[in-house]
Amino acid sequence: MTDSKYFTTTKKGEIFELKAELNSDKKEKKKEAVKKVIASMTVGKDVSALFPDVVNCMQTDNLELKKLVYLYLMNYAKSQPDMAIMAVNTFVKDCEDPNPLIRALAVRTMGCIRVDKITEYLCEPLRKCLKDEDPYVRKTAAVCVAKLHDINAQLVEDQGFLDTLKDLISDSNPMVVANAVAALSEIAESHPNSNLLDLNPQTINKLLTALNECTEWGQIFILDCLANYTPRDDRESQSICERVTPRLSHANSAVVLSAVKVLMKFMEMLPKDLDYYGTLLKKLAPPLVTLLSAEPELQYVALRNINLIVQRRPEILKHEMKVFFVKYNDPIYVKLEKLDIMIRLASQANIAQVLAELKEYATEVDVDFVRKAVRAIGRCAIKVEQSAERCVSTLLDLIQTKVNYVVQEAIVVIKDIFRKYPNKYESVIATLCENLDSLDEPEARAAMIWIVGEYAERIDNADELLESFLEGFHDESTQVQLQLLTGIVKLFLKKPTETQELVQQVLSLATQDSDNPDLRDRGYIYWRLLSTDPVAAKEVVLAEKPLISEETDLIEPTLLEELICHIGTLASVYHKPPSAFVEGSRGVQHKRLPGSAGSGESVDSPDTGSAAGVSEAPPAVIPSQGDLLGDLLNLDLTPPTTTGPPPPTSGMQMGAMDLLGGGLDSLLGGDLGGNPAMAAGFGAPPAVMPTSFNAPVSGGLDDLFDLGGGVGMPMGSYSPPKTVWLPAMKAKGLEISGTFARRSGVIQMEMTLTNKAMSVMTDFAIQFNRNSFGLAPAGPLQVLTPLSPNQSIEVSLPLNTVGPVMKMEPLNNLQVAVKNNIDVFYFSCQYPISMLFVEDGKMERQVFLATWKDIPNDNESQFQIKDCHLSSDAASNKLQGSNIFTIAKRTVEGQDMLYQSIKLTNGIWVLAELRVQAGNPNYTVSLKCRAPEVSQSVFQSYEAVLKN
Amino acid sequence: TNVKSVFLLQLKVLICRNYKGDVDMAEIDHFMPLLMQHEEEGLICPVISHGNVHFLWIKHSNLYLVAMTNKNSNASLVYSFLYKLVEVFTEYFKELEEESIQDNFVVVYELLDELMDFGFPQTTDSKILQEYITQEGAKLEVAKSKVPTTVTNAVSWRSEGIKYKKNEVFIDVIESINVLRGIEPGVNANGSVMSSDIVGSIKLKTMLSGMPELRLGLNDRVLFALTGRDKGKTVVMEDVKFHQCVRLSRFESDRTISFIPPDGESELMSYRINTHVKPLIWIESVIEKFSHSRVEIMVKAKGQFKKQSVANNVEVRVPVPSDADSPKFKTSTGHAKYVPEKNLVVWTIKSFPGGKEFLMRAHFGLPSVENDELEGKPPITVKFEIPYFTVSGIQVRYMKIIEKSGYQALPWVRYITQSGDYQLRTNV
Repeated sequence: MTDSKYFTTTKKGEIFELKAELNSDKKEKKKEAVKKVIASMTVGKDVSALFPDVVNCMQTDNLELKKLVYLYLMNYAKSQPDMAIMAVNTFVKDCEDPNPLIRALAVRTMGCIRVDKITEYLCEPLRKCLKDEDPYVRKTAAVCVAKLHDINAQLVEDQGFLDTLKDLISDSNPMVVANAVAALSEIAESHPNSNLLDLNPQTINKLLTALNECTEWGQIFILDCLANYTPRDDRESQSICERVTPRLSHANSAVVLSAVKVLMKFMEMLPKDLDYYGTLLKKLAPPLVTLLSAEPELQYVALRNINLIVQRRPEILKHEMKVFFVKYNDPIYVKLEKLDIMIRLASQANIAQVLAELKEYATEVDVDFVRKAVRAIGRCAIKVEQSAERCVSTLLDLIQTKVNYVVQEAIVVIKDIFRKYPNKYESVIATLCENLDSLDEPEARAAMIWIVGEYAERIDNADELLESFLEGFHDESTQVQLQLLTGIVKLFLKKPTETQELVQQVLSLATQDSDNPDLRDRGYIYWRLLSTDPVAAKEVVLAEKPLISEETDLIEPTLLEELICHIGTLASVYHKPPSAFVEGSRGVQHKRLPGSAGSGESVDSPDTGSAAGVSEAPPAVIPSQGDLLGDLLNLDLTPPTTTGPPPPTSGMQMGAMDLLGGGLDSLLGGDLGGNPAMAAGFGAPPAVMPTSFNAPVSGGLDDLFDLGGGVGMPMGSYSPPKTVWLPAMKAKGLEISGTFARRSGVIQMEMTLTNKAMSVMTDFAIQFNRNSFGLAPAGPLQVLTPLSPNQSIEVSLPLNTVGPVMKMEPLNNLQVAVKNNIDVFYFSCQYPISMLFVEDGKMERQVFLATWKDIPNDNESQFQIKDCHLSSDAASNKLQGSNIFTIAKRTVEGQDMLYQSIKLTNGIWVLAELRVQAGNPNYTVSLKCRAPEVSQSVFQSYEAVLKN
Repeated sequence: TNVKSVFLLQLKVLICRNYKGDVDMAEIDHFMPLLMQHEEEGLICPVISHGNVHFLWIKHSNLYLVAMTNKNSNASLVYSFLYKLVEVFTEYFKELEEESIQDNFVVVYELLDELMDFGFPQTTDSKILQEYITQEGAKLEVAKSKVPTTVTNAVSWRSEGIKYKKNEVFIDVIESINVLRGIEPGVNANGSVMSSDIVGSIKLKTMLSGMPELRLGLNDRVLFALTGRDKGKTVVMEDVKFHQCVRLSRFESDRTISFIPPDGESELMSYRINTHVKPLIWIESVIEKFSHSRVEIMVKAKGQFKKQSVANNVEVRVPVPSDADSPKFKTSTGHAKYVPEKNLVVWTIKSFPGGKEFLMRAHFGLPSVENDELEGKPPITVKFEIPYFTVSGIQVRYMKIIEKSGYQALPWVRYITQSGDYQLRTNV
């Protein structure tokens, strides 16, 4: 007979009958009755009225019956706290039962009864059980400490259970160790600052030993705990990694992912030139790929994590594109994730295959998947320049299918392609215009309007097209309205004669008939610009747009670091920090990756600040630069959320107006000062930058008015002339212009700070974001006297290269935060890579030959330097001044070949062959480097040095 | 990082276990409606959240297994555990379904109590669990009154005192071939193989007494390179995964596969091999669709393996439009069958010798009124198995069995190659 019979007795008076049976003398009958009670409980009936009768059955030597009663107790004790006390005696007695199963059962169940009065009685039995001779009881008691802590943390501390728990980490039984670690981690999570886990090399060693012996789950607890440890140095880091890597061969996917987490984190501390670093990288790829054969839900978790891993360390999986190809029977959530990773891994080497796949996917039937595939084609075009043409033609093919959502997605991405490659693919505009009527999604409509406005001069009937949108202006979404406003203003500036009426119409729709403040403000700005200074209007509205970033949807670096520390968890699945979805975790520390090797002199070491005499502003005041950078980027899109205090005077912003050509002050003065949204609107690029280009890390910081940054390498001398990095209008009156120089082996950041505001500026400090070569200020920013209005000061900031490293795009991009008494400001600038050429960069001839041969030919790139009129010797001398060393010279048929070497601050060698032919002003330089991505910047330095 | 509670549901909650008291159990009521809503929107996802509560779920036949948490739990652990639950319950009850849960709810509760404590998975080896949690509770009182030492042993997967009259180990080496073949863009032709790999699995059926120490020797290239031996063909395994019983650090250091095996059946290891394999059964297909009239299908299957070998139970599954009707078939061998509920033609060939080539033609009518709904482009799939042969060439060189009683034991090895995920994309 089966248990299902217990579910069938549902007649009236059941409770009454059960009561009688529970009190029966016969053991069997009692047991049957308890089963019926549990069955009723299982189907959700309230059987709490039977509490005393069930508890009466507790004293039994029948284990099965005891378990059932315990189960009942766990369910109802909370609702009947007074009666639960009745059970205490039996619990205490059971905790001393000769049978370890019963001792463990009692202590396990007692911990689950969340009634304060019971917990008092739990302490003594728990203390005994923690020292029980049977490991089964000890491992159960270890978990019970965490349970008790959850109910009454103070009690646990007062009773000294935490120390006992710590002692269990040294227990002889691996399962006890694992549970103790799990319990301690759990407790530590709710007390982030308790230093409870107190991990030191000795405990780590114990954990690593237990790792080899405990169950798969225990291994996960231990690995997750290890991930919280920060090794003291790279050697310890390596030795832990070595002992963790065998776990990558465990059959349980969760063990593998937890091991990956530890390795990804500790790898940060290993020097990149260490052989072991490369070995470790190679070891990570196969297990990650194998995770894709796991059950679909585990595949999903793995893919979400791989998405993080390829952003942090693209090299691990760069050759594994094929395993991410979508299979017909993959669940949709797996398909979408694979697609995302395919784009991240797309490169020139594999783009043909990727595109063929994407095209295949774009003809599938699942709408979400198809949309994403179309979007992916656009992203490939932007990422891999060589493929752009093929991508565009694929997109045009797809537009021909006339499948509505395919067409709309295609138009959205084509707009981005236009942005990335201006004046290249505009011939397809006609095809796009044919599909105007079928666009019903705001994003697609906005994209189309942007295209029409941007290329108004090439579209004969641009005015008609835009006018057609204007009819239903008020029914459009804000996105479309804003775009339409800007589009028509652009059109007007390009074809003023025919479109006056149209522009007036849209301005009045935006300013008078709309109650959307963003739209209204933008309308007013255009209106006033147009009516006062059309030339300035043209400069503003038709200004050259900053380039868009190759990678979209990149996770902001600080968040990425935090998520890497949470590999395998829900945070890594959501791509959100735990604080975003776990209640009560606000105060919890954000996890960070450990700094890389050699970064001991971190910028926020307290003595650097005070030694320099900067009164109260050591660089560390900028808490987490990345976060603020993130905020700044958002600020571009949502103006009113300005974080800092309001500017002290409206005149501050007026200073910035000069950039627009002056004359506006008098007109706008009153208005602007009193209207923060308007002010923000001014600083905000969306007027010409479609909103979908969010978060391009480099591009987002540039903006219309930033004349200096982001426009490529400044040409000029070895130390290029200063350019404006931070215009006053972006920094509440602080203007910073600067350049870089290398003097006697020290990199100097030379800046002119100008106060264009009306109040005094003090308390300057500076900090850099992680960057490609670990550039960091070697000391604080020395601005000792307050900076008065209209005063400028020259500062020279020595830099070192031991800061945290993160690859930037472009490579020589540097994001800087400067703080003063008013606010924190951000800008990005680019340093000539020649700043990083070190003085001992002359390679031995033999080594040079061997290295040249050893570096694969794929890594070689060739550049032309045009219009250079130096002799080869003069060139060699000039280059030597910038630490580009000539090792040998050969003359073949009137052509001088100079063999040169360069060493970067991070130890990367670049080998060069410079060909100079008498009478030919065009030089050819071939660069070979194991890190070919530096070649482009090195070439730029060649050009800059030779031409100045 | 742990689970708050686990539910087994089938539209209604069948059974649940609350491991931590701090989530309102009524939250589970939001799960089904949310799931249905996501399904309708075509956006199913293994994680569903409602407010602060997150549901991590898997589905087993009609049953949903749901874990509920409000913390940043280790998601991979949770899914692994849910699948482990399925495994344990299936080993206990044969089938995991509504009926078997109701029939055994007492044991299910006992198991849930033993498998996880306060959200931490504990003992999940069903063979060991069966030593102290049994379905016929009353009879085995004595056995149940003791914790098997195995539970907390470092060797947590094998009990002491196992006895067999005849000591034997059966080793099955099973390789599955995964193939994804594309199409030539623009043409209705057969493309090249885009990705293929081999997933191998070594399964044991251990019938050995006592606590035997086993060592398995494979023709692993890395091992041979380490030991300097080079005898015959070796195989490069891209990635290897082992059962809990294998000493991973030992393998990491000298590539030795050493272990104390679980009793009875178990998967000792699995491996993945990346080398490009020739698809053992090559399919060429021409599918021509004449709108409003008919679909004509021609499929040629060729056995690209040794003449001496034979592929058994070969099934070629060819997709057809959902509105196709009046099927007609012609085959040079085997037989073809229309499976309308799956929109497939299944061509079965019981025995397919290597080097041979067979043909199947099918003809379907299409209604004159076209189906508006867009249909996907499902691939042709192929199933087969070829005994006595591994496609990678992997071999068991030896299996050493040492037990302190010194008995002689015999290892038996069997090889088989079969189709894994074998997909050939089509243009129609």
